[in-house]
Amino acid sequence: MNNTVISVHNLVKKFGSFTANDNLSFEVYAGEIFGFLGANGAGKTTTIRILSGLSIPTSGEVNVAGFDAYSQTEQIKKNIGYMCQKFSLYEDLTVKENIILYGGIYGMSKSLIRERLIELLAKLRFQEYENRMISDLPPGLRQKLAFSVAVLHEPKIVFLDEPTGGVDPITRRQFWESIYETASRGITVFVTTHYMDEAEYCDRISIMNDGKIVALDTPERLKKQYNATSVEEVFIKIARPDT
Amino acid sequence: MKRFLGFVKKEFLHIFRDYRTLFILFGIPVAQILIFGFAVSNDIRNAGVAILDLSHDEITLKLTDKIISSGFFKKTETLLNYKDIDRVFKKGKTKAVIIFENDFGKKLISEGKASLSIIADGSEPNTATLVTNYTTAIVNDFTTELAGPVLNNSIRISPDVKMFYNPNLKSHFMFVPGVVTLILILISALMTSVTITREKEFGTMEVLLVSPLRPIQIILGKVMPYFILSFINVLLILALSWLVFDLPVKGSLILLLAECMLYILMSLSLGILISTVSGNMQQAIFISLIGLMLPTVLLSGFIFPIENMPKIYDYVSSILPPRYFIVIIKNIMIKGTGLMYIWKETLILIIMTLVFIGLSVRKFKIRLE
Repeated sequence: MNNTVISVHNLVKKFGSFTANDNLSFEVYAGEIFGFLGANGAGKTTTIRILSGLSIPTSGEVNVAGFDAYSQTEQIKKNIGYMCQKFSLYEDLTVKENIILYGGIYGMSKSLIRERLIELLAKLRFQEYENRMISDLPPGLRQKLAFSVAVLHEPKIVFLDEPTGGVDPITRRQFWESIYETASRGITVFVTTHYMDEAEYCDRISIMNDGKIVALDTPERLKKQYNATSVEEVFIKIARPDT
Repeated sequence: MKRFLGFVKKEFLHIFRDYRTLFILFGIPVAQILIFGFAVSNDIRNAGVAILDLSHDEITLKLTDKIISSGFFKKTETLLNYKDIDRVFKKGKTKAVIIFENDFGKKLISEGKASLSIIADGSEPNTATLVTNYTTAIVNDFTTELAGPVLNNSIRISPDVKMFYNPNLKSHFMFVPGVVTLILILISALMTSVTITREKEFGTMEVLLVSPLRPIQIILGKVMPYFILSFINVLLILALSWLVFDLPVKGSLILLLAECMLYILMSLSLGILISTVSGNMQQAIFISLIGLMLPTVLLSGFIFPIENMPKIYDYVSSILPPRYFIVIIKNIMIKGTGLMYIWKETLILIIMTLVFIGLSVRKFKIRLE
């Protein structure tokens, strides 16, 4: 469990005079579900962009999947998966074509893609959908498929940026089952969310406020520390200390 | 490379699955060429004329024959008296009636002049003017021919108007280059800006950026299919204008195709630039259509000569890439000139392409930051 896959030391990211990430330090371990919380504008997205090789830090040490975030962004990109709030599959392509496309982008061989495709369809009971357009699928299935595609190339880490935004509770529930299953395969899950009940499912959570990490621990210990019954309460106490 | 090809293939799938895209890509160019070539034509072809020949002699028969066989006119009826004129116009097929006076031939030989009236259907002023002009030209032509053998003692001067590059003033000679210019910039810029903003809007752009594909590969992958399809479009339009309108490429075909590629490249980079400044597809479509189509049609010299514009429009037009391409394509297609005469315009297009690419890369980088 103590195998570090993301290590961040004194990360600073500035845009002009605005400091989006102010001296962040944290570590994420292999196979854990790491919840990354914070109000809108707290700087979460900036951090995710740096961790996924899209953006270069202003200063600090950042290491993702064993690669440096300044000089090895290409390597980082090959070793991570990513799924964002917006739906990330192509609606005018079939399930199979989407899988082949993303497999190809991540440099997987044809035979490997085929193998994973069959595996995936069987696992999601998707066989009948293989040649259906994504636009014909119900939203719940799409969400699941998008997640499966994000981890198709067996990345070391998968970043989920508000993956359950605008999804009904049952689908969210099912989605979290897939997250658990993925984590149990040893893939680290780095997830941001607005739903505090989801934060309870994480192994550890960090809470960001104004570009700083103000809390980082397991949900249980945070609740104890802030004398709260739920993560939501913890969050409110941190984000609005005066109320 | 394999990653890249898979990505390009996906872009082709998008295009071929979307009938609207396909229609815009191929339907519109073909329709435009045909519409501009045929419907918006300034030529007349097989315009109906009726003949009222009160003289009916050798000369009137010859002249009638010459008019009908010119290819511009088609005889609808032979009339017997003036009363028929109104009736034949009302039928609608006849655009003009040509009337030879009594003893037309006799008078022409004995007195050296004879009169002929052309009555045209004024409800279509444009056609009427054309028809009378054409007929007058044919009659003038005929009298000069006749002046030689028969009336060798009298000298007649007939106007000799000759066009250098378009002897028959065929209007599609002007339209085809214009349509190529318009369609290429419209399709290339519109399609690329839409396809890139679509990825942004649907969120797939984020996923692509996080993937091991390099940004340059993403852009090239998105643009390459449109480059290929636009080029096919060029071939299609040239083939159409050759087969349907007998408009050959007078100059070097290779040079023309190379210039077209340059122009497509310029339009694609303009499309990329549009996509970096527009947040969604509607915006991209709006900028491409309003920002490109109108100025191209109105200010590039496609329809209205730049020389006749107020100076201010001349300046505005000088930042429009189509203005230069129209000069290039007209020179190569119609005059048959070589690179010698169009290197300036070519250079301007190359510079514009580089500027657009440079700006897009900068915008793109800022977005990534």
